[in-house]
Amino acid sequence: MKAKSDYKKADIWLAFWLIIPTLIAIGITAFYPLGQTIYDSFFKWSLRPGFQREFVGFQNYINLFQDARFLNSLWNTIYFTFFSVLIEFLLGLVTALILNAEFRLRGLVRAAVLIPWAIPTAVSSQMWKWMYNDQYGVISLMLYNLGIIEQGTPILGTPGLAMAGIIAVDVWKTTPFVALLLLAGLQIIPNELYEAARIDGASMWKQFTSITLPVLRPTIGVTLIFRTLDALRVFDVVYIMTQGSVGTETLAVYNRSLLMDNIFSPRGLFGYGSALSVVIFLIIGIFTVIYMRSLNIKLD
Amino acid sequence: MRWGMRTKQNTKKTFLYIIVIIMVIFYIFPFYWAIKSSFTADQYLFTKNITLWPQGFTFENYIKVFTERPFGLNILNSIIVAGATTIFSLIVGSFAAYAIARLKVPGKGALMLLILAVSMFPQVSILGGLFQLLRNMGLINTYSGLIIPYIALNLPLTTWILQNFFRELPKEIEESAYIDGCSKFETLWRIVLPLSAPGLVTTGLLAFIQAWNEFLFALTFMQTPEKYTVPVAIAMFTGKTFYEVPWGQIMAASVIVTTPLVILVLVFQKRIVQGLTAGSVKG
Repeated sequence: MKAKSDYKKADIWLAFWLIIPTLIAIGITAFYPLGQTIYDSFFKWSLRPGFQREFVGFQNYINLFQDARFLNSLWNTIYFTFFSVLIEFLLGLVTALILNAEFRLRGLVRAAVLIPWAIPTAVSSQMWKWMYNDQYGVISLMLYNLGIIEQGTPILGTPGLAMAGIIAVDVWKTTPFVALLLLAGLQIIPNELYEAARIDGASMWKQFTSITLPVLRPTIGVTLIFRTLDALRVFDVVYIMTQGSVGTETLAVYNRSLLMDNIFSPRGLFGYGSALSVVIFLIIGIFTVIYMRSLNIKLD
Repeated sequence: MRWGMRTKQNTKKTFLYIIVIIMVIFYIFPFYWAIKSSFTADQYLFTKNITLWPQGFTFENYIKVFTERPFGLNILNSIIVAGATTIFSLIVGSFAAYAIARLKVPGKGALMLLILAVSMFPQVSILGGLFQLLRNMGLINTYSGLIIPYIALNLPLTTWILQNFFRELPKEIEESAYIDGCSKFETLWRIVLPLSAPGLVTTGLLAFIQAWNEFLFALTFMQTPEKYTVPVAIAMFTGKTFYEVPWGQIMAASVIVTTPLVILVLVFQKRIVQGLTAGSVKG
């Protein structure tokens, strides 16, 4: 009772007016469409003029788990997420450690590292696609000279290689971001800790495992989950590089194709696509809860 | 003994520089390759004799990008959409951020959670619902049809980063303004916002980049080449026939749209890093 009177009435009203535009904006363009998607997922339905909604209960969901293409894209997404996050983390850690060391032109190098992050994914995908070109691509040539592929191998048209190629683009694009987050964590560590360790005769490796890693742990946790959430939603790079062919289709790519290629489908597949949307939402939702928990966000 | 330590120090330094060089090459090479290819004449581009420097240096690709397709329009579309998104998300977001950072109100934690939750929404999960909504409102293939969803997409980030900045402002200034008879809203408008100009610039830059780079909504809601934004236009680049992909032009277009971004990032590097880490790491 007492606590309530601590709030000033004027403050509450002002806060209401200040926050309401944001709530309206995200309500209309995020929560409402989500609700619509959930609703649609229980129907056989499409936007075809005159198409009659037909309530099918959980049938769309049941069908989904018998859909080989869905299971395949689920597997591809997990595969992509695991390898891209792992490589990005390792490379990002190395980059962060180097950027934290002292050397000439460090400021410039730090800025240069940010370049891939700033380039739109659609654009970097095209840049890499050109480097992967089977006839004239510079990466194809390098891999051929190294004896890894045969001349004229289409990297993005070969099962296995295509996914590796896509992961490489994602790694290139995202490692700078990972490095930045880790660097921010590294810079909190006081130098005295390392000096003390050096006086005690601790090796570089020992310093790394007993000082750097433990202090960095919370940052590492956040970075990994943050990246995992992003990787699970991957769309741009896959769509542009392969359109999801040769075993690279991810959940988001399959979902968009289900929705948009069948938008006026006489078979009512828009509802089926909506069910997949909901499943993706739930998968990400689970990770988000973990994310919020481990971040321990202060919310007031 | 001393000499030995020196050499050990020196080997370490050399080793560090070698790694730095490899690292820089890794991060810069694809961008360099795009620049190189964009200035190379077709007859040298499509040859197996690949060189590090552009052969047959030419501006032709840059000219063709603007004369053979509506790329100028595409850039204009992106500027309009990303610009409007940035301005609106800054205004709306700063209001919400101020309320969250400074006002004592009940239920704030839940509100922040609600706003932040949106940043976790997989875009594809709301694609179907959003498409219907925009279609019913007649906004498919219009600027508003992209700006409105982009604002919502950006608000969690803007609100979160700005409230971090607002919290760091000294409270005393606001209190004295309040005593001098400013209402709280006036204090926000006349004092807090100007004081947090650096924060606004950082946040605006991040919002702009996010809107400029967005692909999925732009691909789905903009349906004619004249209305494409830059990422979609570049992704959809095709030649006259399927087998004739104009790589020189694609690279020229890529260089045109990334150079300003790269310059922005180089200039505002410190601020961007600050904003990014405030947006994701700080609890």
